[in-house]
Amino acid sequence: MPEQIVDPDAGPYWEGVAKGELRYQCCMSCGQAFFFPRTVCPHCLSKELEWRKSRGLGQVYAFTVVHRAPDAAFAQRVPYVVAMVDLEEGFRMMTNVVSCSPDAVRVGMEVSLVFGTGVDGQQLPYFQPKAPGEER
Amino acid sequence: MSVRRACAVVGVAESRLGVVPDATVLTLQAEAAVAALADAGLQKSDVDGLLCAGRWSSTMQLQLAEYLGINPSFSDGTTVGGASFEFHLGHAAAAIQAGLCNVALILYGSTQRSRRERSLGSREAGLGYQYESPYGMPSPVGAYAMAASRHMALYGTTSEQLAEVAVAARKWAMLNPRAYRREPLTVEDVLGSEMISTPLHKLDCCLVTDGGGAVVVVSPEIARSLRKPPIWLLGHGEAHSHAMISQMPDLTVSPAARSGSRAFAMAGLRPSDVDVAQIYDSFTITVLLTLEALGFCKPGEAGAFVSGGRIAPGGEFPLNTSGGGLSYTHPGQFGIFLIIEAARQLWGECGERQVPDAEVALVSGTGGVLSSNSTCILGRD
Repeated sequence: MPEQIVDPDAGPYWEGVAKGELRYQCCMSCGQAFFFPRTVCPHCLSKELEWRKSRGLGQVYAFTVVHRAPDAAFAQRVPYVVAMVDLEEGFRMMTNVVSCSPDAVRVGMEVSLVFGTGVDGQQLPYFQPKAPGEER
Repeated sequence: MSVRRACAVVGVAESRLGVVPDATVLTLQAEAAVAALADAGLQKSDVDGLLCAGRWSSTMQLQLAEYLGINPSFSDGTTVGGASFEFHLGHAAAAIQAGLCNVALILYGSTQRSRRERSLGSREAGLGYQYESPYGMPSPVGAYAMAASRHMALYGTTSEQLAEVAVAARKWAMLNPRAYRREPLTVEDVLGSEMISTPLHKLDCCLVTDGGGAVVVVSPEIARSLRKPPIWLLGHGEAHSHAMISQMPDLTVSPAARSGSRAFAMAGLRPSDVDVAQIYDSFTITVLLTLEALGFCKPGEAGAFVSGGRIAPGGEFPLNTSGGGLSYTHPGQFGIFLIIEAARQLWGECGERQVPDAEVALVSGTGGVLSSNSTCILGRD
């Protein structure tokens, strides 16, 4: 199966995922959060970066329900939701929305982090509809 | 800071298009190059600039120049997806203006259809892509689908409005003898076609064909010595904002906003001055987003803009008069064909699909996943 590339930029990100944590970076020079992990801030190019742990709460920014998957492994999961989620800490990431009918997903929907298993057997950060009153 | 009238398009041509199983990418580009040079009335020995892009090699310029026996003094392989050729037009203009070359050949070719090369995205997980590939987004359609979802949520854009782009493209294609798909198409047909990734159906997506194209661009002195009227580059702009869709700052704002404003400013023109437009139609949503970014309508209004026949033959805003990537041809990347059709419209060569008295043409190429855009404004005296 395709390798999960672990590169030096990724740092603590995939370790966090394996432990059930969603980690992201915040720039200590300009104060902005960003994703994906880098060795420099994409806003100001500073190297003064800090890793933080996300509470895992956010909103669906955009989504699509996939009917024609990119390969045989994903075809088994059709139809499934690919989404971009805006986390409350101020960064955006791609993910899958799970634990609900794909027809129920909406732009702006409140979601919360849940870990699941990818098609290669790896643990991944997914999101599910946020339960009323749910906090982390 | 300006390449206004720094160069002119003087010859254009396509290769064989559609399903061409017995040609290589080099064959197709050679066909197009020979025909475009003949269209211009120039010889291969005149060519001293070469610009190309595509996906068939990591050393395309070297292999193309070798195949054709060209030794360029200016060589550019800017590769930003389907928009590369619009970037190339501006780069050729700058090189010609600087005296680095006088006759530039822009080339493209692909045999993706016959070699079944177009896929929905590999599982490559390197560098930034490791943060997208685990989630199974079919690429590029899934990215454009997400942009459409955002546009629909913000503005109430409907699937019917998206389908209007495909319906209009087919009407133009029915007037183009070289178009791949020429049978009548309705909104119902589009909505009834297979759903690929919501909200985009199969008929919201461009064709998968073989084909190549060539554009000859020259200095003003050479242009004025040739038979056909020069098609001047009046304005140019280029921009790119991301590689992966999850890094796009705003899914409803194409980089065409930046490149278009620069192109119009350089040309000293406004959207209302454009007689005919060729806007990259990789997907129906691409056209809506680009129309808004270029200022042909306000953000959120493109759905209404493309409806009611405005962009179809006989409408107020002739758009994608070849039939576009949706119905005419789309060999992986379409940008060069936008320039070819724009030039032909300004030369009056478009037969049944000719826009009467066309003097100013806009070309706007988009590449990647709404990643790059270059806008060129062309005009004739």
